[in-house]
Amino acid sequence: MENLEIILPEIFLSLTIMFLLLFGVFKKNSSKLIYNLTTISLIILFALLLNLYQVSDLSIFNNSYKIDSLATFMKLLTIGSGIFVMLTSSRYIEINNINKMEYPILILSSILGMMVMISSNDLIVFYMGLELQSLALYVLASFNRENLLSTESGLKYFVLSALSSGLLLYGCSLIYGFSGSTNFNTILENSSSGQYGITFGIVFILVGLAFKISAVPFHMWAPDVYQGSPTSVTTFFAVLPKIAALSVFIRFLYVPFAEMDDQWQMIIIFLSIASMIFGAVAAIGQKNLKRLIAYSSIGHMGYSLTGLAAGTNQGIQGSISYIAIYLVMNLAFFSCMFMLRRNNEYYESIEDLSGLSKNHPLLSFSLLIILFSLAGIPPLAGFFAKFYVFMAVIEQKMYFLAIVGLLSTVIAAFYYLRIIKIIYFDKEKEKFETDHHLGLKFTLAVSTIFILAYFIYPSGLTEIVSKINII
Amino acid sequence: MLSIGLGHYLTLAAIIFTIGVVGIFLNRKNVIVILMSIELILLSVNINLVSFSIFINDLSGQVFTLFILTVAAAEAAIGLAIIVIYYRNSGTIRVEEIDSLKG
Repeated sequence: MENLEIILPEIFLSLTIMFLLLFGVFKKNSSKLIYNLTTISLIILFALLLNLYQVSDLSIFNNSYKIDSLATFMKLLTIGSGIFVMLTSSRYIEINNINKMEYPILILSSILGMMVMISSNDLIVFYMGLELQSLALYVLASFNRENLLSTESGLKYFVLSALSSGLLLYGCSLIYGFSGSTNFNTILENSSSGQYGITFGIVFILVGLAFKISAVPFHMWAPDVYQGSPTSVTTFFAVLPKIAALSVFIRFLYVPFAEMDDQWQMIIIFLSIASMIFGAVAAIGQKNLKRLIAYSSIGHMGYSLTGLAAGTNQGIQGSISYIAIYLVMNLAFFSCMFMLRRNNEYYESIEDLSGLSKNHPLLSFSLLIILFSLAGIPPLAGFFAKFYVFMAVIEQKMYFLAIVGLLSTVIAAFYYLRIIKIIYFDKEKEKFETDHHLGLKFTLAVSTIFILAYFIYPSGLTEIVSKINII
Repeated sequence: MLSIGLGHYLTLAAIIFTIGVVGIFLNRKNVIVILMSIELILLSVNINLVSFSIFINDLSGQVFTLFILTVAAAEAAIGLAIIVIYYRNSGTIRVEEIDSLKG
């Protein structure tokens, strides 16, 4: 009998999904109740996972499902940010009339897919998790079905994501054929650098994963999908799938392909340099805040890939810290966006922020902190994130990567500072409403305080992350 | 006498895969064609997996194929549903007219 206790969180989540689905069908008008039940079940899930934190390096189901410190930490990040996404968006989905009972259930099933992805140690399990996640995300992106932009973004995301899944799958089939197994550890034993089939497989898989993480040159879906889908879904898109995709990236590069780092290192370096530069340059002319944050997230993904290119434990830990701090900054930014509401309408263009500081000093101040942190200005959390990554890179003597990264940080600072200038020095507009949902205020307060106070006790995060040793 | 080996199957799969990928990018008319191209890509992967599975004498490739078939069906269903709601809003599914999001 397998030791099923260690996948208790996954079992609990799948049962919750099925229960809520039945509950929603049999009880009329239960969308509000299901939304709250979903938030509560995510909190229970978080507790279950914390309980597992002591367990280290166990694998079950013929070594195809792995519970180690990387998996548990990434799952905790996923579910923690899932809770905050649920807290921030409850008012938004009511006002935009998308509070159907399926909405939270779809979020839960995509989280289940991410958990399977993060823990997978086998190509089949990985693929099933990936598809469970993306099938739910297609529907979420086009959830506002009366809105042209939302359905268009869903359609675009569907086409490009299905294409990337196809590429990834073709890579998986090549890897399977040339190494003779779908298990990651067996692939590592059976593969050697000389085999062209394996190299092709690695390239296809990296392309597919780069699509999911929206790294340049496979980023074209991100701005459209971010802008078109409802803001609550954009918040979800900006945070959770990135965490899952990054941990899968780490797992693929350092378990089955660990011996072939000479083959993938150049690809990762290219992806990260291209994403950093493109994310910095393309965001400059944007007018829509969601579109701007999409380009900024492309740039941030470039920085987190930089750590992976270093090929050391320190680099991996830098990437993981980066994604942890990135998700806090994004949650904070999107909570600010949810506060730009006037007469039941949400505003999302940069001009709407003009003169915000006169009417809403507190909101403007937190936006100031968040944007400074996104730009990487010390002593805020965003600076430390970049610091960890670049330290790891410099220690491997990859100076070029570090220099490009620092230069693109400088370019990117321009558009963040421009928003701050618009907030503080431009002509003021009408007041926004101030009666916000408690969860939204709570999220903004917690995340802003985290960003602001991170420098007081940075070892809190680094100590947890330093226990993750993959190599 | 020409005997059919692994290479022939892999070439067939590679050709079908290429047709699928090219079909997505060259197509300017209809989103349904894109859906068919995606289906082609997934089926070429299936050919790959089954032939590998036979030639290296290992069953997990065929198991993988069954999973891919079911996922492809689910994906087609969701894709068609998204196309239907998009058509309701815009009145067209021509690829070149899907351009209200840009910048």
